[in-house]
Amino acid sequence: MERVVYSDNAATTPISKNVYNAMLPYLTTGYGNPSSLYALGREEKKAMEQARAQVAKALNCEPNEIIFTSGGSEADNLAIKGLFFSGKLPKNKRHIITSKFEHHAVLYTCEFMERIGYDVTYLDVDSQGHVDLDELDAAITENTALVTIMAANNEIGTIQDLKAISDICHKHNVLFHTDAVQAMGHMRIDVKAMGIDMLSISGHKLHGPKGIGALYCRKGIVLEPLIHGGGQERGKRSGTENIAGIVGLGEAVRYADEHLESNMAYVAKLRDRLIEGVLKIPYTQLTGDPVNRLPGTASFVIECIEGESLVLRLDMAGVAASTGSACSTGSLDPSHVLMAIGLPHEIAHGSLRVTLSEQNTEEDVDYLIETITSVVETLRAMSPVWDEKISGQPMLQLFDK
Amino acid sequence: MEYSEKVMDHFANPRNVGVIEDANAVGEVGNAKCGDIMKMYMKINDDGVIEDIKFKTFGCGAAVATSSMATELVKGKTIEEALKLTNKAVAEALDGLPPVKMHCSVLAEEAIQAALTDYYTRKGLNPADYIKK
Repeated sequence: MERVVYSDNAATTPISKNVYNAMLPYLTTGYGNPSSLYALGREEKKAMEQARAQVAKALNCEPNEIIFTSGGSEADNLAIKGLFFSGKLPKNKRHIITSKFEHHAVLYTCEFMERIGYDVTYLDVDSQGHVDLDELDAAITENTALVTIMAANNEIGTIQDLKAISDICHKHNVLFHTDAVQAMGHMRIDVKAMGIDMLSISGHKLHGPKGIGALYCRKGIVLEPLIHGGGQERGKRSGTENIAGIVGLGEAVRYADEHLESNMAYVAKLRDRLIEGVLKIPYTQLTGDPVNRLPGTASFVIECIEGESLVLRLDMAGVAASTGSACSTGSLDPSHVLMAIGLPHEIAHGSLRVTLSEQNTEEDVDYLIETITSVVETLRAMSPVWDEKISGQPMLQLFDK
Repeated sequence: MEYSEKVMDHFANPRNVGVIEDANAVGEVGNAKCGDIMKMYMKINDDGVIEDIKFKTFGCGAAVATSSMATELVKGKTIEEALKLTNKAVAEALDGLPPVKMHCSVLAEEAIQAALTDYYTRKGLNPADYIKK
């Protein structure tokens, strides 16, 4: 049988067995509405509060600081829009600071805020994907209300120094939100120790179900809900709760939290084996921070080939991975992340992201290395750019043609 | 975005990949910045028939598939016939392309024209007299 290797865990993860088992009762017999007074609803309410406690424990916060949402995107939207729409901020506080390589759930929300009259500063990141702390400090004005910077990047895996960022924010009395959708369950997050005021997570990035996420919102921060209605989630997010999803998220977070250290070590070892193997391909570079990166994320740029072709051919060989090439974004520009770290277009077109989880094995990694190497050879053999490259012309001169 | 089976077939098993060392018509279009480069090599005989054609392409699935299909469509044809090849015909022969990928078929048409322009230029003729663009 053909080997199949799922290695796009930053896109989504399969639901784990323990999550499935935890959810099942709430997709069958446990259908009660948690707002009901009778037993069937009380049981669901209890399950929901247990999930809330599980998420709170992993983040080191109080259960009533967790608001369940439909996912990471909603959590990001709620944090940003909810804060400014609350009407509780001083009148002058109309400035947001973010980075240029945030997930679109943050980036486009910030652009929306600009369109309705707020000011937004988009910080540059360096070639490894770090925000410059001095630049952040200098960007904060008396009008700044919120800094939102992702905990770990979804394309290149770089982890920010969250504590250092929050220290700067708090020195200026500015709130700090972080999109931790990629980070949650893959690195230790302690909102108290790290000084995080709001934080977004998503279920399906850590072997939980899709359609569920949460926002941690520190006690005392007032948010206007995005969805008004029956007043669920202490009025922060109306709509009858997605109990099965919430229970699944709780279990996924609990499991990830309890196995965090061992899973991180295991996955990072696989990742390093993969990186070592792929970097043996000539004219290939690692993108992102080589050390402070998510344990499962291996991201590369491979010269003289184009990412979509690479991903399609990997798929033909049973490998699921992704790219930030222009052809995958539906425009002429490669992903905004690859542009933000300063890669030239022609290099960024050959990007490849392979994201592993604890469900992958060493054999998977060896198959990935072998398959990527052979597909790159095939594509380079039909690439006119490669012909010219190996004929000795300097790369940039080639591309300037 | 989904590719037709034909596109995937021509992407997975591209026809006429390679280089013709003694080609008498070579054309290259596109640029690496946009993510697509097509290079076409032709061997055109004295009767003006494209006896052989090969290509090399740097680009996405659609870029490879349109290059492959374009070479198939002009192989064995006369220059006049090859000049009539439109990007639409290439796309149709592939059972269609996603709208964002139509520019790849344009590139394939342009690559054929670029090679034929080179053919006339090498002969000391003015390509504009033969290729109406």
